[in-house]
Amino acid sequence: MAHQILVHAMTSGDTTTVEALVKHPMDSGFVKNAAGKIIPAHYIEVIEFTHQGKVVLTGYWGPAVSKNPFIKFSFKGGKSGEPIGVSWVDNKGETATTSSNIM
Amino acid sequence: MTDSFGSPPVSAKRRTILTAVAAGAAASFVLPRTTFAAAAVTAPSAKDYPMKAFTQKTEAATLQAMYGKSAAPASSDVKLDAPDIAENGAVVPVSFDANVKNVTGAAILAPSNPFTMACAYKIPAGTNPAISSRVKLGKTTKVVAVIEADGKLMSASKQVKVTLGGCG
Repeated sequence: MAHQILVHAMTSGDTTTVEALVKHPMDSGFVKNAAGKIIPAHYIEVIEFTHQGKVVLTGYWGPAVSKNPFIKFSFKGGKSGEPIGVSWVDNKGETATTSSNIM
Repeated sequence: MTDSFGSPPVSAKRRTILTAVAAGAAASFVLPRTTFAAAAVTAPSAKDYPMKAFTQKTEAATLQAMYGKSAAPASSDVKLDAPDIAENGAVVPVSFDANVKNVTGAAILAPSNPFTMACAYKIPAGTNPAISSRVKLGKTTKVVAVIEADGKLMSASKQVKVTLGGCG
């Protein structure tokens, strides 16, 4: 599956911890392929996490973020069963969105 | 008229059931931890992307482009966690934690990379200023975590030795 986002959100007390693994090549534009040609830059520019219609984190990523990026953060609030939305747009205009319920 | 499975037309009711079953199967097989929630998630807009900050080659120029300030003084309130030696520069776990209030933004810089800024975050009220992620380091470099709080910048840095470069 091309644009896959795995999200795992868990609540403990008043804090919800979100872990996300995003499938993306994150090509920096500096790497050459086997034929010696530069692989064009292809990376996620903006990733956004939402909870109950509110943005809880906006990430601006550059080509120096690793392939298949992983991110972990936490925010106050969030109850078990409520959805966390994750979406991104890359430098080619491709997008992906997903939503996962807090455990 | 065929459905997504290429089978012949079926009654509307049966189609609904099949689609629901297929969606459920896809969810449970492909994304084991993900369910399709009713709330629609829309893709973010790239119009606020700080492209200028991502193309700077020095720490001062990056901070100027991103935050309008040329320096981020070191602060003991910012904790940066990165390995001493990164065997694989393509995947270096970096995390930061700031013990300050009213944090609005954060960034991770690697001044020896082709472009200094690796990533930046906008941190709204209620979100903890502690984020873990993985970045690429082209060669041995200082890694800087910059925190913006109350309009001021502060930072923590650490030298990371890279055995195998991850940028090219």
